[in-house]
Amino acid sequence: MIGFIATRLFQSVIVMLTVALIAFALFRFVGDPINNMVGQDTTLEERAALKERLGLNDPFFIQFARFAGNAAQGEFGFSYQHRRPVSELVAERLPATLELSLISAILALAIGIPMGVYTALRRNGLLSRAFMTLSLIGVSLPTFLIGILLILFFGVILRWLPTFGRGEVVDLGGWTTGLLTESGLRSLIMPAITLALFQMTLIMRLVRAEMLEVLRTDFVKFARARGLPDRYVHFKTALKNTLVPVITITGLQLGSIIAFAIITESVFQWPGMGLLFIQAIGNVDIPVMAAYLVMIAFFFVVINFVVDMLYYAVDPRLRVDARGGH
Amino acid sequence: MRRVTKTLTAALASAALFAGAAQAETFKWAFQGDVQTMDPHGLFETMTLSFQRNIYEGLVIRDTSMELVGALATEWENTEPNVWRFKLREGVKFHGGEDFTAEDVAFSVERIRTEGSDMKVVAGLIESTNIIDDYTIDIITPSPNPILPLQLEIFYMMDKGWSEANGTAEATNVKGDDQGNHANLNANGTGPFKLVERQTGVKTVLAKHEDWWGDAPTNITEVIFTPIDQDATRVAALISGDVHMVYPVPVQDWQRLEDADGVKPLAGPEARTIFLGFDQDRDELLASSVKGKNPFKDVRVRKAFMKAINIDAINEKVMRGAATPTALMIAPAINGFNAEMNEKREAYDVEGAKALMAEAGYADGFEVTMDCPNDRYVNDEKICQAAASMLAKIGVKIDLLAQTKSKYFGKVLAQNDYDTSFFLLGWTPSTFDAHNPISSLYSCRVDGLGAFNLGGYCNERVTELGKMIQSEIDPAKRQEMIDEAAQIHMDEVGHIPLHQQPLSWGVSDKIEVFQRPDNAFDLRYAVVK
Repeated sequence: MIGFIATRLFQSVIVMLTVALIAFALFRFVGDPINNMVGQDTTLEERAALKERLGLNDPFFIQFARFAGNAAQGEFGFSYQHRRPVSELVAERLPATLELSLISAILALAIGIPMGVYTALRRNGLLSRAFMTLSLIGVSLPTFLIGILLILFFGVILRWLPTFGRGEVVDLGGWTTGLLTESGLRSLIMPAITLALFQMTLIMRLVRAEMLEVLRTDFVKFARARGLPDRYVHFKTALKNTLVPVITITGLQLGSIIAFAIITESVFQWPGMGLLFIQAIGNVDIPVMAAYLVMIAFFFVVINFVVDMLYYAVDPRLRVDARGGH
Repeated sequence: MRRVTKTLTAALASAALFAGAAQAETFKWAFQGDVQTMDPHGLFETMTLSFQRNIYEGLVIRDTSMELVGALATEWENTEPNVWRFKLREGVKFHGGEDFTAEDVAFSVERIRTEGSDMKVVAGLIESTNIIDDYTIDIITPSPNPILPLQLEIFYMMDKGWSEANGTAEATNVKGDDQGNHANLNANGTGPFKLVERQTGVKTVLAKHEDWWGDAPTNITEVIFTPIDQDATRVAALISGDVHMVYPVPVQDWQRLEDADGVKPLAGPEARTIFLGFDQDRDELLASSVKGKNPFKDVRVRKAFMKAINIDAINEKVMRGAATPTALMIAPAINGFNAEMNEKREAYDVEGAKALMAEAGYADGFEVTMDCPNDRYVNDEKICQAAASMLAKIGVKIDLLAQTKSKYFGKVLAQNDYDTSFFLLGWTPSTFDAHNPISSLYSCRVDGLGAFNLGGYCNERVTELGKMIQSEIDPAKRQEMIDEAAQIHMDEVGHIPLHQQPLSWGVSDKIEVFQRPDNAFDLRYAVVK
């Protein structure tokens, strides 16, 4: 067990370092940060002096070592654009992203699972076909377009919901939440749906496929033969057995919801991490970009690590392998 | 009696309530990016400075006709060739209640010299200050400078006491070792609005400064500013009524705003001139099929390019007729503009252009890479595409490299050794004076001049004229020099001026605003109806 954890931890560190290195190497191609930090009348000498001051003239590996060393201590430097510590900015923006991601994940599960069950049970029903068509749209339409269409319909034409932003937020000691105000909740609806739509259709299709599979198995047939009511067979026996892969996928998808919130956030001007990252790219704000990429990599590594641990707990075969049996 | 009093009180109370309701006007607007900092000396950039101008003030300011008028100064005169004496306005209070005096001016001058300041260009104009009394100060310039007041509009005054008490006596430093950086997120100015809330990149809230010395048409009591990055979201926010004003609006969306209820596009001439330029410096172009020589060193080739490009067609087809085609490198709003000369543009003439190319030995044309930003100016990439197809008619094959502004500027500017052969650029003179483009765009690249002379156009006489214009006091002589420089530049086709681009704002019918030609927005003239 200890050996297994140690190996996985070591691998995680390698992954993090690799992501940081690749990200850092890419920054050489995003353009010149200096021009975004000075006005047009700033002299060439001033520009050169600023570049020197920021250490951008140092060799690549020195810059990288400095970055990795600071990052390991949770220190990501100063944002060029905001002129504030990156850690402060991240702390400010993280609640918005996590709230949006979590609500989206809940939405995706709460709607996706029942829809999946329904379409599996009533395979040829009219409603099932409607759901399936809808899910096709959800999978194939780009998030950007869905967001814009929602804004156009509910924001501009019907004027029911605000077109951008997060509404009024309440500060709960360092954690800002929009869940406690009316405007905050209203602002959340469209971005949450936009972000949830893809996951929702994914979960629905997954549940449907698993259900169809499980419903054909012997133990479901036996349950029916024993005369158990349909309700019990469908929801207790069958659904329970489909949930294992659903939980795994959902866990992994939570990481990508957080990571892919970038597009949704930029369409709705949702003040989260993704928007911060997009703005940083536009302004060649290297410290913010680096911090964001490393953080997202960190999320994925942690989630994967936890999932691996869960497998280890759930699957006895892994334990045998670790002991070198065979 | 008692009853009467009671009724009266109630009436008064309701009247007060009514008056309060009528006066509370919230104004919401959105721009494509955020104000970078609240520090008035942190970034010399139009949007940032224009937003700060509502909070902070300089000695002088421009009114709706772009005339320079007094703000914190009431009068100023050139007492000696290199001394400007400013009489300061009395009774001006900062938002924190502090009095504004000559000491604050002297302090602000010192503050723009500190490491983090991006106002060192302004600092360079001032040798020292000399406080005569509380409300009189002399500004001593290194050499005679007749246009100093023009150059000071964007230099805002901070309170000495407040800055020192909050550890922000030096300008906000991007490097971050000045952990105080108080002025980056907080503000204490003398302007008509004070900063109430600042969430970087999310929201900035201003409130009316009740003790403001001035008198402006605005009736706004609260301002909520939000950056909205995406064009589509920004336009939707305006149409849906979530905000009163947005800019910029893509030119393609004007029709949509005209068709929608309650909103309209607001377009006016911007002072920004868009032009093309060539590398005339290197002996061989970096990115061209011509080897061993530089075709752009030949004035006939440059003239042929000029003749081949139809600026009226670009205006009609790409800019929807909203641009102002130009022959000069400066807009009509700029001091030194000569309307007569602006008529004398080389006419569009493909045959003439072909003949010139043949004469120069390029009858079959050549290939060259063109650098172009795609998110910096109005329809920048489309202008480049149009120019490329026009040049194709004289046999010039353009390999268009259009990229995002940070990549584009990273490639073509001095830091990267001006890596370009043919480019599109735009320029608004920050001083609103012709001297600025002469020194930045077409003086020879020596002594720190010509920083944005990406093509290395160099004519000794123009450079010399630029220096003379800087210190010439007689307006008539000065104009003569400006015209001479413009004429030489035009004859030699140093650049190909295309047009002044339009300002493109979207406004609700419920408001009235004044569009400054430098694309700045002054809340003093914004009225909610």
